[in-house]
Amino acid sequence: MVQAFDEMGDGAGSRAPYAAIREWLASTPPEVFARKRREAEMLFRRIGITFAVYGEGGDPERLIPFDIIPRVLDAGEWQFLARGLEQRARALNAFIRDVYHAGEIIKAGRIPSELVLRNESFLPAMKGFAPAGGVYTHVAGIDVVRVAENEFYVLEDNCRTPSGVSYMLEGREVMMRLFPDLFARYRVRPVSRYPEALLETLRSVAPPACKGEPTAVLLTPGPYNSAYYEHSFLADEMGVELVEGPDLFVEDEIVFMRTTQGPRRVDVVYRRIDDAFLDPTVFRPESVLGVPGLMRAYRAGTVTLANAVGAGIADDKAVYIHVPEMVRFYLGEEPILKNVPTWSCARHDERAYVLEHLDELVVKDVHGSGGYGMLVGPHATTSERSQFAAKIAAAPDRYIAQPTLALSTCPTFVEEGVAPRHVDLRPYVLVGADRVRIVPGGLTRVALRDGSLVVNSSQGGGTKDTWVLEG
Amino acid sequence: MLSRTADNLFWLARYMERAESMARILEAGYRLAAMGSEAGGGGTEWHSTIIAAGCEQGFYEKHRTASAEAAIDYLARDPDNPSSILSCVQIARRNGRAVRTALTADMWDAVNGTWLQARGFGAQDFTPDGVRRVLDWVKERSLLFTGCVGSTMMRNDAYWFTRLGTFVERADNTARILDVKYNVLLPTSETVGGGLDYVQWTAVLRAVSAARAYHWIYKREVKPWLVAELLILKPEMPRSLAACFIEITRALELLAAAYGRQGEADRVAGQIHARLRFTRIDDIFQMGLHEFLTEFIDSNIRLGAEISKQYLT
Repeated sequence: MVQAFDEMGDGAGSRAPYAAIREWLASTPPEVFARKRREAEMLFRRIGITFAVYGEGGDPERLIPFDIIPRVLDAGEWQFLARGLEQRARALNAFIRDVYHAGEIIKAGRIPSELVLRNESFLPAMKGFAPAGGVYTHVAGIDVVRVAENEFYVLEDNCRTPSGVSYMLEGREVMMRLFPDLFARYRVRPVSRYPEALLETLRSVAPPACKGEPTAVLLTPGPYNSAYYEHSFLADEMGVELVEGPDLFVEDEIVFMRTTQGPRRVDVVYRRIDDAFLDPTVFRPESVLGVPGLMRAYRAGTVTLANAVGAGIADDKAVYIHVPEMVRFYLGEEPILKNVPTWSCARHDERAYVLEHLDELVVKDVHGSGGYGMLVGPHATTSERSQFAAKIAAAPDRYIAQPTLALSTCPTFVEEGVAPRHVDLRPYVLVGADRVRIVPGGLTRVALRDGSLVVNSSQGGGTKDTWVLEG
Repeated sequence: MLSRTADNLFWLARYMERAESMARILEAGYRLAAMGSEAGGGGTEWHSTIIAAGCEQGFYEKHRTASAEAAIDYLARDPDNPSSILSCVQIARRNGRAVRTALTADMWDAVNGTWLQARGFGAQDFTPDGVRRVLDWVKERSLLFTGCVGSTMMRNDAYWFTRLGTFVERADNTARILDVKYNVLLPTSETVGGGLDYVQWTAVLRAVSAARAYHWIYKREVKPWLVAELLILKPEMPRSLAACFIEITRALELLAAAYGRQGEADRVAGQIHARLRFTRIDDIFQMGLHEFLTEFIDSNIRLGAEISKQYLT
């Protein structure tokens, strides 16, 4: 495996954005760092940012480890990323709109029709329906990895209900409290405007029926959901109500919330529950999280759901392969951000290649998420690989494979001191009817285990504050 | 605000108050039992405690007789009893967690801290000897909670719903404690107004922290009708029914002013309040204290239902 690109730069050759970080790491006594790390953990506990990990026993309310060494991107790097992210988000939205209408991209033969129409993320209920402003994925979490100075790849697109933005915001708060001196040496662009930008985005897609100031709410599955903290945090910061399914009801195809002052009309629902649970009269009948009649109101155009129902068709890992083609097809532009080369096990020749090179590849379940159901070939044992080969043979459509990328590393506190650890980046792209908004930064996830490439919090990953420097 | 948020606040406050009430009812049971055995009769003290707690049906489904051990276990610890002290703490915390952002940090710490400490209790904390410490602890935690509500919450609708929960529950509790005495049988050798009757009324007073208030106001020996007057009609007495309804009608009035509308809850509360203001203790004894209290408890339950219908659903 090739040596990973270190973002601080190894040895003497420090990269410019990290010069002050390197100096800070060298000049700060270890006991100060030890104290600051304890303080950081205490702050996170007090704020109450926990997340639930299932199936591993132990305390289900766990803290995601936070690393106090920031990850730094300079103005040029960010400008490049932001342009690429906006382009990609526009193409993804155009694609979703297209597949639920004329299906031009399929007719043009640029995407196989069965990949879309026979995909379980494709919801026929959305055919022919135009959501307000033509927007489908209002909040997209586009995961980006870096492998060299000027080489970034998009690892996956999250077009349904991407989470984690509260870590970006709280991480920055904690860093500003702990290290005002370090902030004084840099000019870091703020991220605190995110909730406001989200609210502006939600308001921009209010349904045409809404004449006055639109009322937005955040729909959560409730306190037992692993991201509940984030839901309550965002609702609070935006100043909107945090509602659960039973707080809403539909009458004459209009959505209302139950308040102490009687029913109040709702125009935009930022929903953090999955499509399948939204409306028991249309989707899963046993769902108690949703709102009966919500889909009818949605289709009648009296309420906007963000993200749109059926947006998941664009973040399927098998559809991912075609995103660069979407950029060319809908925007007539060359994609700024590259895809990771991907083999589809559904295709006979590619599957043969994958099975032959399992020890070099990362294989993913197209319906999996959170780092579950994947194989990191170079790190797997022979028997794990042969077990996985059997799974692929049994259901080839379910798997795609990618080369094992040497994700860039950042200096990170580990038990032995400071060491390089692999990172990725999830920026949050907000797509409104008026424009695209991207807060400079995102969530940097770091694989804390030595050599590990899996950054998911459910698999021993941590987070870092992400600094985008002013130009 | 969301109806559910108001509902959670209302029930959070009710269950914190109920935990305290259970502690007070158990304490009254203790005092009565201690006296009953000395007088060589009775034996109905724990039975009457169970009735006063409103747990008669559930209790006798699990236990044949009302021993001290069984009563303590059922009222303080038993997770099958939704009104046991530990259940109350658990339900209060669940309601609090569901509306965490509507709570002040201090309120949350009070509720969550109580729950965390309660999780640490073991069997030895619920023996007839050990449980006294738990009862003191519960009262302390409940006082901490109401203190946090009063000192840290903004005076808006969230506050008034929380206060409503506290006082609807407290009124229910005071009425029930007063009714404990009705169900305790005097041994045949004793007469109404005799020595044992006297100590039993004193026990009731102590259970609601009103012994000193009694002497301050009446400056004479304990008389049943004066104890009843103090706990039902005296607005100066902070746990009296009258005092609770001053708070309840005030909270409802402020809500009505803020929302610009009134409803059935306001009417029912006003009716109960008027009765407490204009009834004399003689009338109550004429009607029968037990009958009066039963009727009160029923109308207070109706008030809770009307509040729920008007605001919380």
